[in-house]
Amino acid sequence: MAKTHVTATINGEETEFLCDGQQTMLDVLRDEMGLTGSKEGCGSGDCGACSILVDGRLVCSCLMFGAEAEGTDIMTIEGMADGDKLHPLQQKFLEHAALQCGFCTPGVLVASKALLDKNPNPTEEEARYWLAGNLCRCTGYDKIIEAVMDAAAEMRGE
Amino acid sequence: MNYLGKDVELKVVGTRPIRPDGVEKVIGRAAFGADFRVAGMIHGKVLRSPHAHARIKSIDTSKAEALKGVRAVITANDLPNIPSEEAFVGEGPANFRDMSLNTIARDKVLYDGHAVAAVAATSPSIAEEALRLIDVEYEVLPNVIDVEEAMKPDAPILHDDLFTQGVDPKPTKASNIAKRMEFKLGDSASAFSKADVIVERKYKTAPVHQAYIEPHACVVSYGADGQAQIWCSSQGQFMVRAYCAKLLGMDIADIRVFPLEIGGGFGGKTLVYLEPLALALSRKSGKPVKMTMSREEVFRGSGPTSGGAINVKIGATKNGRIVAAECEVMLQAGAFPGSPIGPALMTPFAMYDLSDVTIWGYDVVSNRPKVAAYRAPGAPVSTFATESAVDELAKQLDMDPLELRLINAAKDGTKAVYGPTLKDIGFVETLEAAKSSSHWNSPLGDAAPGKRRGRGMASGFWFNIGGESSGATYVNEDGTITVVSGNPDIGGSRASMGMMAAEVLGMDVKDVRTVVGDTTSVGFSFLTGGSRVTFATGMAVTQSAEMVRDELCKRAALLWEIPAEAVEWKDGKAYPAGENAGKFDPLTIADIAGKSARTGGPITGKASINAQGAGPGYATHICDLEVDEETGHTTVLRYTAIQDVGKAIHPSYVEGQLQGGAVQGIGWALNEEYVYTKDGRLDNAGFLDYRIPVASDLPMIETILVEVPNPRHPFGVKGVGEPPIVPPMAAVANAMENATGVRMSSLPMSPPRVRAALDASEG
Amino acid sequence: MYAPTFAAPQSVDEAVRMLGADGAKPLSGGTDLIVQLKSGRNRPAAVVDLKKIPGLVGVEETSDGFVIGAATAGAQLGEHAGLVAAYPGIVEGAELIGSTQVQGRASLAGNLCNASPAADSIPCLAAAGAIAVVVGPNGEREMKVSEVPAGPGRTNLAKGEFIKCFKLKKPTANSSDAYLRFIPRTEMDIAVVGAGVNITRDGSSGPIKSATVWLGAVAPTIVEVDASCIVGTSLDDAALAKLDAAAQSVCNPIDDKRGTVEYRTKVAGVLARRAATIAFKRAGER
Repeated sequence: MAKTHVTATINGEETEFLCDGQQTMLDVLRDEMGLTGSKEGCGSGDCGACSILVDGRLVCSCLMFGAEAEGTDIMTIEGMADGDKLHPLQQKFLEHAALQCGFCTPGVLVASKALLDKNPNPTEEEARYWLAGNLCRCTGYDKIIEAVMDAAAEMRGE
Repeated sequence: MNYLGKDVELKVVGTRPIRPDGVEKVIGRAAFGADFRVAGMIHGKVLRSPHAHARIKSIDTSKAEALKGVRAVITANDLPNIPSEEAFVGEGPANFRDMSLNTIARDKVLYDGHAVAAVAATSPSIAEEALRLIDVEYEVLPNVIDVEEAMKPDAPILHDDLFTQGVDPKPTKASNIAKRMEFKLGDSASAFSKADVIVERKYKTAPVHQAYIEPHACVVSYGADGQAQIWCSSQGQFMVRAYCAKLLGMDIADIRVFPLEIGGGFGGKTLVYLEPLALALSRKSGKPVKMTMSREEVFRGSGPTSGGAINVKIGATKNGRIVAAECEVMLQAGAFPGSPIGPALMTPFAMYDLSDVTIWGYDVVSNRPKVAAYRAPGAPVSTFATESAVDELAKQLDMDPLELRLINAAKDGTKAVYGPTLKDIGFVETLEAAKSSSHWNSPLGDAAPGKRRGRGMASGFWFNIGGESSGATYVNEDGTITVVSGNPDIGGSRASMGMMAAEVLGMDVKDVRTVVGDTTSVGFSFLTGGSRVTFATGMAVTQSAEMVRDELCKRAALLWEIPAEAVEWKDGKAYPAGENAGKFDPLTIADIAGKSARTGGPITGKASINAQGAGPGYATHICDLEVDEETGHTTVLRYTAIQDVGKAIHPSYVEGQLQGGAVQGIGWALNEEYVYTKDGRLDNAGFLDYRIPVASDLPMIETILVEVPNPRHPFGVKGVGEPPIVPPMAAVANAMENATGVRMSSLPMSPPRVRAALDASEG
Repeated sequence: MYAPTFAAPQSVDEAVRMLGADGAKPLSGGTDLIVQLKSGRNRPAAVVDLKKIPGLVGVEETSDGFVIGAATAGAQLGEHAGLVAAYPGIVEGAELIGSTQVQGRASLAGNLCNASPAADSIPCLAAAGAIAVVVGPNGEREMKVSEVPAGPGRTNLAKGEFIKCFKLKKPTANSSDAYLRFIPRTEMDIAVVGAGVNITRDGSSGPIKSATVWLGAVAPTIVEVDASCIVGTSLDDAALAKLDAAAQSVCNPIDDKRGTVEYRTKVAGVLARRAATIAFKRAGER
C-alpha cells in the first residue's frame, strides 16, 4: 500500500521519512530513524518509556501514528543534551544514581523535562503525579524524584 | 587479602562516583535487547495457546509458509525431543525436558500463553499475519489454576508421569504435587505444650510478576558452519549459552552470547524463552532472526513467581519467648515442577533463635506459566505469613513487636532450622537501628476523618549466594584500567566492580572502565542472581586487580633492578620499600605500562573462582499507612527499610536496591496479582490492570544501611538485592492491622478486599 | 500485511466523505484506537485524522458558553482558565484519563465514542447537559452527550458520522461541578466507579436549587442518579445518606478484574456523596 511521506523536525533537524498506516511514531523513531533511545515497554501508553515531546507537549510515541508527525517539532531523548553537554536533569540523574537498569530512564528524563519546562518549581507531589505515567520497577522512584527536584533547583539558580 | 581492618583507609569503596555506563543511559544510546540489529535480519513472532489446558491434535503451518515474506515456520518438531533430566536451573531445580516443553509445547499446552509455533518473516507485521494463518486443532481439557484446587485428588492432572517425590511410600497415582519437603529442628509438636499463647492462621498470596519494564528480546544468527551468535538481554550470558546448547542439541563452543544492556530482570531473566526459538528459526531460514516479546506476551508467556497458601502456628511463653513454630507452605510452580519451595521453607524462621520448629511444604503444578525466580524466590510468600503471625503474637502478648523480635532474634551461633549455624550476622543490629530510627520514634499523626492510620514492622532473611565467577583486570598502554566482569549489570554492578579494582590499585575510579564480557572474553560466571554479583564476581575482580598490583610491583622491581619484595604499592604508585631498597622516584601505572614490553609484556590479572562464604542478609522494615474506611484504599505514608548490607561499596546503589525491593513488596502487598477468567485465561496481561506502583502512590523510601562486615569477602560485602523484598508484605499487613484492627491474611490487600474485611469486622 | 491508509483532511466535508467509506475510522487523540489497532482488536481500513480540520482542536468561549473542538486534548482543556473556572469537574475528569502523556492526546470525543462505561470525562459532561454536535453524510445534528453511548464499545452515531464539537452553556450563578473516580492506585487506572455531579445553589450560601448526578462504570453506559433527594437541602448528613442510597439503587455493574458488583455499588454511593460535597462547596464560591 502507499506509504505516507512525512516531513518533521526531529531533534532540531528537518527530517523526511516514509511510513505506513500502522506504524507508530515509536516504530518510525526506532526502526526507520535508528533512534532507539525511546523504548517500547508496553506499546499501550501505560509505561511511558517511549515518551517524546511533540511541539513541546509530552506524549507517548507508541500512541501516535508516524503519519501524524507531519509538520511537527519533535524532541526525543537523543536531542536532550546540548551536544556533549548534558542537560541538568541528565547530570542530576547520574549524580543521584536515579537509574538502575536504565531502561525507563529516557522516558523519565523526557517527561521530567516537560514538567520543568511547564513548572520550574514543582512540589514533590506535583512531580510524582506528573511522572505517574512513567513506570520504573528498579528504583522505587525515590532517587528519581530527588534528582528531578535537585535539577529543578539548580535550573532555577538556587 | 582483605581490607576490613581498622587501620585500612578506604578511599574509593564507600564513596558515590558516577557509574561508568551512566552517560550512555541518560542520552539514550545504551543498547538494550530490542535496540540491537544486524544486517539482513528478519523478524520472529510466537503463536501462543489461547487455552489453559489442551491437547494439540494437529498444527497446520502450510498457509503461513505460503505467505509472501515468510522465511521459516517452526513447531516443537524443529527442536530435539529432550529426555527428562534434573538440573539446577537459574535459581532453582528444574528439568531440561520441561524447559524445552515450556519453550514450545509438544503434545499439550499447559497454560494460556504457552508457545506452540513460531514464524520468521521479512517484517514483524508479516510474521504477525503468518501467525493468524497457522491452524492449530486443540482438544480442550479441564484446567486448574488455584494451588489448593490443584492439590485435590480429583483435580485435572497436568502430567501423567508426575508422581509426588518425598513421600513414603512412593505414590503410584499421578498428581499435581511434584514434591513434598520438610525441615525440622527439635520437636515442635510437643513443644507447643510449653506455650502460654498460640496463634494459628491460614494465609494466601497471589502470584506476581517481576514486571521488568524491558520485554524479552534477542537477535540470533545461526551460521552455515553450525556456529551461532546470540545478542540478548538476560541475567547471564553463560546461562543463555548453556540452555540454548542443551535445548538445540548444540555444542557449547558453537554458541557465543553477547550480553546487551538488561532492562530489569529481578530473577525473571534467568531463563530462556525466545533465544531457542530464534536459534531454530535462524537455522531453518538461514537468516539472522530478531525476536521481541510484547508486554502481553511477557505476562502470559514468561514466568511470574509463585503464589501460595500457608498455614502458620506459633507458640510463645508469656514473657515472649517463642517455644514452638510450625509452617506448611503450598507453592505454585506453574505448568512444570520447580517452585522455589526449598527457600520458601528455609527462610521464614531464619530470623529467630528457635529450638523446636517444623516446616514443610509442597511444590504444586497448575495451568499457569512456569514460575521464574523473583527476588528472594519463595521467601516473601512464607515470610508474609510468619511475620504476620509474629505480629499477631505480639498483640496477644501485649508486647511491642520490635521487642518480641529482639527477644527471639537469631545471633551468631544460632542454629538455623535449615541446618547451618549462623555467623557474622547482623539481624539484631537491624532491629536496634529500627528501634532508634527517626521513623520508629516519630508519632504516627492523626488520621483525616473517615481514615485510619497504623504503623507496622516486619523482618526478613535471605541467604545470599556466592558461586562461580570470573573477572579480569587489564592494564592499558596509557596506564588506564579495563575491568571485565562476567555478569550482566542489572543495577549498577559495573560501578562497584570498578571501585573495588580502583581501591586495590590505589587509583582514581574514573581511570577504571568496567565492561561486561561476552562468553568468549571472560571466564565462566554463574548468572546474575541470588544477590551474588558484588560478593562473588566482586571477589574475582578484586583478586584479578591484586594480581595486577603484584605484577606492577614486580615490573617496577625489574626496572629498578631490585628484588620484587623491595617494592611497595601505595596510592597508585610503586615505591621502594624503605631506605634499603634504594632511592628511586615512584613509578605510576602509566610509567610501568609504557615500559611493559621491556619487562615481560602486557600486564593482566584474571581470576576465576567459586566464591564461598556468602553472608546472609537481614532486613527490617517499618511502614506507616492510612486506610480510607469507605473505599478500602490504602496510602503508604512513610516507609523505612533497614538492612545489614555487610559493606556498601557504592552506597547509592545499595540504597537503590533497598528502595526498589521495598516498593516491589508494597506493590505485592497492595495491588499486584494475576487475575484469571473462569476458563483459565489471564485477564490482566498488561500494565493497565497488572498494577505496579506508580510514582504518585509512594512516599520517599528511607533507608538505613547497617554494616556488619562479612569477613569472607575482601571488602566485607553481603548480598543486598533480595532481602528487601522479604519484609514488606507483612510490614504493610501489620500496619493495616494496627490501623483497622483487621488482620488481612490474603494478598493483595486491594481496596475491594480491605473494604469487605472492614465491613465483615463491623458485622 | 495489514496497514490502514492514513489521511488528514482539512475540512469537515472532506472528512465526512472519507469516513463514509467502509472500515474508515476517525482519529482524534488515538490513545484507544492505536492500542486496539496494534492488538488486532480493531483493524480499520482507513484512519482519518480529524485534528487538521479547523475548529476540531481548541476551546472557544462564546457569549452563551463554550465550544470545545472534539479532538481537543485533555491537557488543553486544563490550560483554558475560563473553562476550568466554569466547569472544573469536566476538566478534572478529562485530566484524569491516563498519564500526563495520554492527557496530551486523549480527547473528549474519543473518550465518548470509545464508549467505555468507565470513561472519566463523560459523567460531568452529561451532568452539565453538554451537547455533541454530530456531522455526517446527512448533515449536522445535535445530541445530548448522554445519548451518544449505546453500550460498551457501541455508540448511537450512524455510519460515517463523527463529533465535530461539544457545546456547553454558560454556567448560571452559584453553580459548579465535580468529578471523582475510584481507582486502586493514585493514577493510571481505569475507573472502578466514577461520579460526576453538577449543582446549582440558591445564592452563595443557600441550599441546592438543582442537581444532576451521573455515574460511570456501574452499568453498560453512564447512568443518571435521581438527585431530587438533595434538592432543597444543604447536603446535611440525611441528604447525603439519601443520595448514597439513590446512587446505589441505579447501579447495575459487572464483576470483573477491576471490581466486584458489591464493591462498585457501595463505592458509587460513597463517590456520589463526596463529589456532591465538593460541587456544593464550589457552587457556593461562584
